[in-house]
Amino acid sequence: MSAETGTNFDEMLNADGSVRPAYAEFRQWFDSQDKGWLRRQDAEAERFFRRIGITFNVYGDDAAEERLIPFDMIPRIITAREWRKLTRGIEQRVRALNAFLQDLYHRQEIIRSGRLPIEALRNNEAFLSQMIGFTPPGGVYTHIVGIDLVRTGPDDFMVLEDNARTPSGVSYMLENRETMMAMFPELFTKIPVRPVSDYPRRLARSLQACAPPAFKGEGGSRPVVAVLTPGIFNSAYFEHAFLADQMGAELVEGNDLRVVDGRVCMRTTTGYKAIDVIYRRVDDDYLDPLSFNPNSQLGIAGIFDVYRSGGITIANAPGTGIADDKAIYSYMPEIVQFYTGEKPILQNVPTWRCSEADSLGYVLDNLADLVVKEVHGSGGYGMLIGPTSSKKEIADFEVKLRAKPSNYIAQPTLSLSTVPIFQKEGLAPRHVDLRPFVLVSPDGIDITPGGLTRVALKKGSLVVNSSQGGGTKDSWVLDE
Amino acid sequence: MLGRAANGVFWMSRYLERAENTARLIDVGFHLALTRGNRQSQDEEWKSVLTTTGLLDDYCSKHVDFHGTQVFNYLLRDRDNPGSVLNMVENARTNARVVRTSLTNAVWETTNEGWMHLRDLLARPVRETSLGEVLTQIRRTGTLVRGAIEGTMLRNEVFNFSRIGTFIERADNTARILDVKYYVLLPSAAWVGSSLDNVQWDTLLRSVAGNRAYSWLNAGSMDPRGIARFLILDGQFPRSLIFSYEKIRSNMAGLAKEYGHEVPSHELLRNAGARLHQITIEEIFEGGLHEFLQDFIGKTIEIAGSIAADYRFSE
Repeated sequence: MSAETGTNFDEMLNADGSVRPAYAEFRQWFDSQDKGWLRRQDAEAERFFRRIGITFNVYGDDAAEERLIPFDMIPRIITAREWRKLTRGIEQRVRALNAFLQDLYHRQEIIRSGRLPIEALRNNEAFLSQMIGFTPPGGVYTHIVGIDLVRTGPDDFMVLEDNARTPSGVSYMLENRETMMAMFPELFTKIPVRPVSDYPRRLARSLQACAPPAFKGEGGSRPVVAVLTPGIFNSAYFEHAFLADQMGAELVEGNDLRVVDGRVCMRTTTGYKAIDVIYRRVDDDYLDPLSFNPNSQLGIAGIFDVYRSGGITIANAPGTGIADDKAIYSYMPEIVQFYTGEKPILQNVPTWRCSEADSLGYVLDNLADLVVKEVHGSGGYGMLIGPTSSKKEIADFEVKLRAKPSNYIAQPTLSLSTVPIFQKEGLAPRHVDLRPFVLVSPDGIDITPGGLTRVALKKGSLVVNSSQGGGTKDSWVLDE
Repeated sequence: MLGRAANGVFWMSRYLERAENTARLIDVGFHLALTRGNRQSQDEEWKSVLTTTGLLDDYCSKHVDFHGTQVFNYLLRDRDNPGSVLNMVENARTNARVVRTSLTNAVWETTNEGWMHLRDLLARPVRETSLGEVLTQIRRTGTLVRGAIEGTMLRNEVFNFSRIGTFIERADNTARILDVKYYVLLPSAAWVGSSLDNVQWDTLLRSVAGNRAYSWLNAGSMDPRGIARFLILDGQFPRSLIFSYEKIRSNMAGLAKEYGHEVPSHELLRNAGARLHQITIEEIFEGGLHEFLQDFIGKTIEIAGSIAADYRFSE
């Protein structure tokens, strides 16, 4: 096998086909294995996932089939040196995101200083006026963040997206590792891989550290944490249940909860019991029918008033979506610099804001070479990938873009790095990204060494989203 | 624990128990049909299976005759039949997913695997030649899940609600089976020694998996009173009414202990349990077996409803 011809960076192989040091031990092990046995293990992995029920539901799928996210057994390996730099960059960015949110919902210094135009907030549904003037418990807005990174060269990691609302995928990080350790235990005795398995404990600790003023800790009790899920038909239900289980927290739905005496309480078999911290996996809009979407069946009437009076911590805070909005994304270099006083360690992908006339003109002229995304979209839905789209698809998209330019941003198609996947015929390079998971509490910022590597399984494809046929890999950060 | 989670484990166990009992009824229906020469009495058997499951009306709204393959496919895999084994096992599994965090991995995995296996087996119409395999798999799923619960769950409220669900359902099922066949057990001048009666009695015992146990206890001899006593009042037989109530009682006692207080259901259950302990089989026949069973089924439904309300299964 060889690295795909072209300009992209392969993380396992040098341009001359030799193996990079990070992968040397792994490759030596791999080459010495019986390929028939590896193929059987590969099939075994799928049965394993099905049995333990790691599935996700695909929206818009009539059969409401529970699908597996394909798992690829070749690990994605990150060296200690690379990880050190990444964590410095991620920490800086996450600090900036929280400071930015605190500022936006208070004095808006960044707008007064002229670094961010007021237009970025106007008519932006992600900005919640209900949050103005309110500081969440511990001053933390984004308790859990997923930073999507892409790599284009040996030292070139870029941030593709910040996920500051309710990033998902962490259960795959954990289960992928479990699976790898079950299938190939000897690998972990040969190669020093940093563990990820304590993520749920760190998450629980981090959430408990953000208890609201109403929590008094009488008798040494710990804050009660609950995970709020939309229910079993949600695409990430497995993850909600998994995290609640691993944290020893209750998994609740909106109809389990109600406001009693100024607290959010869950209906237990012996009566209503107060919750201190709610890790919600529902969108802002569905959180409270009294404050937001009145038709929501998923939320809890009155939770927002309880929140503002210090009766509960909501993680992530409502209104954090403004920080991961794709229109705001393009200002992230300025935002990082403004709040940290430092140059950004991690770069942004160059981005054209179609709301600006000059940029729109450029984007329209170069649609066939660009990736165009909806400002508020997620999950790879509603985007155009110029180079792989037909003339008709591009023309159709152009109509939408011209109709509402401010709804879109555009980016160059990057030559994303590749990591091989395992196929019957052998190894084949495929494009990847990386989502490390970051926990924020008053005690500090905690980054689990690893993350979720998503991989485009189709040859040449740049779309790694699971909803669009992407797969995942175990992600290894090597110990020093 | 959450009221909704209590509801989930309760119903998960009920659905699995009911699926297993349905499988056993099909087994018996099939067995009987094989031993009956004429079509009309075969049809009667299948009809009685449908009556026992409470699905006769629904079935008749879709089908005009009682051909065996048609009946057992309806009972096993008809998507529009809420009481089909496939739908019940799926409901059990959905409930297990809802309360995933209250279950051990072993319980979840056996439930999930059982469902996956049955879904494959029931993807196409079941033929007489493969019926045995399907029924075995249904019973095995129930057995494995119960074993996983027994072997891996903490003896706490989750366990208690699961067991209460199992035994509410079992008490109800055994009572219904008896009720549909009660006439078989009615003492009459003609009961002595007819071979038809023997087959009927054996069938009755078989449909609650009690034929071997009964024969062993009674050295092979059968009489209607003995059989009725066995199914209602034998504290050793795990599908008898009194045994099921004893299990409900002990698990309700577990809840009272864990929560530090009783709820109205405890009183209801105590009264119903006391009646079972005091009554003799002679008294049951005197007052009428059918009346006794109808009363018992009603009480059981009332207790289940009361438990759901007392422990806040829903808002």
